[in-house]
Amino acid sequence: MDLRVRVNPITCAGHGVCAELLPEYIRMDEWGYPVISQGAIPEDLRRRARQAVAECPTLALRAVEGDDRG
Amino acid sequence: MASTAADIALWHTGRATGIFSIVLLTVVIVTGVFVNRKGELAGQPKSVLTELHRNISLLALAFVLVHVLMAVVDPTVSISPAALVVPFASAYEPAWIGLGAIAFDLFTAVLITSLVRQRMGHRSWLVVHWLTYAAWPVALAHGLGTATDLHSAWELVLTWACAAAVALALGWRLVASRRALPPGQRAAALLSDADRERAAASAARRIPPPSPPGDSPAAPGWPYGPASARPTGGDDRA
Amino acid sequence: MTLSGGLTGARGGGAPGTPGTPGTPVAGLGRLLPAGAGAPAGLGRHLEEHGPPPYGDGQGLIAAVEAAGLTGRGGAAFPTHRKLRAAAGAREAGQPPVVVANGAESEPASMKDKTLLAFCPHLVLDGLQLAAGAVGAREAYLYVHRDADLSRGLRDALAERAAHCPDPVAVRLVEAPARFLAGEKTALANRISGGAALPRYGWPPVSRSGVRGAPTLVQNVETLAHIALIARHGPGWFRELGTDAEPGSMICTVHAEGGPPRVTEIAIGSPLDSVADLAIPATQAVLIGGYHGTWVPAIEAPGLPLANAALRPLGAALGAGVIAALPARRCGLAESASVARYLALESAGQCGPCLNALPRIASALAALADLRPPPETGANLLRWADLVEHRGACHHPDGTVRFVRSALVVFAHELAGHEAGRCGATDPAPFLPVPEVPPGNRDWK
Repeated sequence: MDLRVRVNPITCAGHGVCAELLPEYIRMDEWGYPVISQGAIPEDLRRRARQAVAECPTLALRAVEGDDRG
Repeated sequence: MASTAADIALWHTGRATGIFSIVLLTVVIVTGVFVNRKGELAGQPKSVLTELHRNISLLALAFVLVHVLMAVVDPTVSISPAALVVPFASAYEPAWIGLGAIAFDLFTAVLITSLVRQRMGHRSWLVVHWLTYAAWPVALAHGLGTATDLHSAWELVLTWACAAAVALALGWRLVASRRALPPGQRAAALLSDADRERAAASAARRIPPPSPPGDSPAAPGWPYGPASARPTGGDDRA
Repeated sequence: MTLSGGLTGARGGGAPGTPGTPGTPVAGLGRLLPAGAGAPAGLGRHLEEHGPPPYGDGQGLIAAVEAAGLTGRGGAAFPTHRKLRAAAGAREAGQPPVVVANGAESEPASMKDKTLLAFCPHLVLDGLQLAAGAVGAREAYLYVHRDADLSRGLRDALAERAAHCPDPVAVRLVEAPARFLAGEKTALANRISGGAALPRYGWPPVSRSGVRGAPTLVQNVETLAHIALIARHGPGWFRELGTDAEPGSMICTVHAEGGPPRVTEIAIGSPLDSVADLAIPATQAVLIGGYHGTWVPAIEAPGLPLANAALRPLGAALGAGVIAALPARRCGLAESASVARYLALESAGQCGPCLNALPRIASALAALADLRPPPETGANLLRWADLVEHRGACHHPDGTVRFVRSALVVFAHELAGHEAGRCGATDPAPFLPVPEVPPGNRDWK
């Protein structure tokens, strides 16, 4: 199952923890908000992706399996 | 009955772990406010701060558990295990121990919800988390009330330092909250800032601004201004 | 009796919910809008003209709507039968859906929904009942911007129905604030649930969890009016107009020089110059869709079929049915900057990317509409546009970016002129209606 990470832009406050934990997939824009790559996250990065989701101070990230539009 | 050396050791351990708990909980609150305000700690990555906040809270839990264990096994004071969580159920100093029990209950609620926060949803977790601000002063009061020799200088200094730290952190948070614009006003504020920067940049480049410097593109006549000041190049029909 | 579009500041229109501003209905097809510009249709006249609404066969209605090929008239053009089936499916799964007639026409340049609600409320209300019946809804809402005259008219219409032919499902009128995003479906669901008309994150979608958590079917009022006619006359009749891929008629709001905005019903696929007098070289570009729509250069306009299939290659879409023919004497950049500013101020301010990008984009476009803008302005604007797309909770940033990008393309010659210190326009009066957004903490309820 493909794993993707999605952000709720309303809850997101731009803390930036996610971009530190998963820099291969998440980078910060010039205002401090996450830009998330659209592709599926490979096996070796999944643990860190779930960690990024868990560590978000406002729980703005969701890990989404498969083609769920989320 | 005379206290044995072991009893005295228990008593002091209980006291010491209690003091450490207050100090650690103070650090937990201060780091928590830092996380909320998106502050940085010595240029460290943000995750260091969030993890510090979480790890110190677990450390504080450890100290609190030892502290309450000492209280229960100490033969010189009669505190039943139930009194640890049920407020005012202790035979010894029911009021002050009761406060301790309240603080313990509140902190436990915060901790447990934080462990399952992904299952809870952000809103409910947040509401419980705010109980920390109630729990901490209750814990402090418990500490002051049960301390039999408040005149020890370093304990007093420590207590005041913790109180000051929490007051400052809370103050920072409240001021920032007050200053933050409600969402409905933010775009307008940003637009004014952007327009102002643009006007300043124009002025700096020494190019005469379009006359008159319009307030808003939506104002009638912008950007042309009154007919007399219209830019040349177009068909000059009044 | 004709109603002219109220002139408030700029031509016609004005803030959503400005009293008295249904557009001037033009003698047209006579399907939805009455063939002659006449008085609003009371229940009696409505029943005389159209007959009673054929309640009863829910499944049949959905099949008829599917055969008719009706798509949503709120801007997204989503196939209506799919929404109906999804809502009916929710009912079968044990969750009775809620139906909402979305009449909150937040698009300042569009007057079709206000006009429809003012002149043919009963067609809309019939459609609402038919849809509710087809999906098994027990609650129905009519959602409009706060407007004393409009609400009074709608309450009168509802009272007439209650007295003479009671609706199977009671309809509640819910009023929304005069905000551009109030008609967005998550904002609508929020408002009807009792909260503010602010967009929410779109998961789960409103069709699964909307008003107070119930699956919610949201349909534009014009779509419901079409349903009311399809139910009576059948899909074949509906398909007599329009194209095979996009059948039927639609209502447009046409802005052209020399008169108030006209609200007119056209067959989809009609050529643009049959709807608006372009008289090139008097028109330099046409805005199609609305303020989240796209500019089309005048050279493409004559003969351009008003159908999504023909518009898509130009990056355009029918959207909210706005057609605005910009006279050559105006500055397209200034007009676009004015709209961009409005769109920026109407951001809910909830999402970091939208809040940060839209005001900067608006200010940059204003700089480009000025003379001799700083050299990096255009590049910054494009960077911010790329950065904000698809990163909001709703589609406000996406629509804004679409509009702004099309302005930069279509008015490229004007951009070059401004850089050199010249503006080719001669008429300073604003053309597009842009409401003044009140400052301060605005009302979202």
